[in-house]
Amino acid sequence: MENWDAEHSGSPRIDAVYDSDLKSVDTAETVVVDLAQQMGFDEDDLHRIGIAMREAMVNAVVHGNKYSGVKKVRMKVWSGSESLKVIVTDEGSGFELARVPDPLAKENILKESGRGILLMQAFVDEFQVRRLQPAGTEVTMVKYLAPR
Amino acid sequence: MSVKLSTRQVGDVTVIDAAGRITLGEGTSALRDAIRDSLGAGHKKVLLNLGEVNYIDSSGIGELVSAFTTVTNQGGQLKLLNLSKRIQDLLQITKLYTVFEVHDDEAAAIRSFA
Repeated sequence: MENWDAEHSGSPRIDAVYDSDLKSVDTAETVVVDLAQQMGFDEDDLHRIGIAMREAMVNAVVHGNKYSGVKKVRMKVWSGSESLKVIVTDEGSGFELARVPDPLAKENILKESGRGILLMQAFVDEFQVRRLQPAGTEVTMVKYLAPR
Repeated sequence: MSVKLSTRQVGDVTVIDAAGRITLGEGTSALRDAIRDSLGAGHKKVLLNLGEVNYIDSSGIGELVSAFTTVTNQGGQLKLLNLSKRIQDLLQITKLYTVFEVHDDEAAAIRSFA
């Protein structure tokens, strides 16, 4: 945690506020994948970053803000020489990561939803969820550039 | 680009050819409609060809699961065809590889419904 905080201690490269709709999900994904491409991530990592971004935004728009016309999603992105860091924040009622049902459990395997966090955790190198006060959830994701 | 779906009939098997992205919104509803139409026409053997699908998010995966359970609950079968490495990885991560019957040869897949 200290390493990626050190590399991303300055102002974010991107600081954007989005409406709580699916168009924002597409936009945020495109913005971050374009930046990751400029940083030199390979095609497989761009795919992983794209999915992780999409899941973070869907989580914020759908489950956090519940498509509210007044609640916003804020996305901050830092790009360093070794890694990409993204923080997505919503204004919803928040959730505890420990209370999210395990989508790999036998009783959940055929459920239609609940796999977003699993994919984020699988596709980025650092993943953190923080419940904000008085409301909201902050998702932090870091992806490292592979050694070259 | 969202998903593009086209449906063809091979014997008594409905083959749904999908291309593009299956993601929350248009992609997932298009797939849901295609499955509903197939079942509505009495076609309960469904082969979903994902050969040209390069991207599925968790909602798209959920829609695949929904399609599987809907078809199965109506006494039918839904199988997958031509998964790219990325889609295979997603099914591995979500442990759904054990749920779906997956084929990489269409003729063999069609025969497997018999």
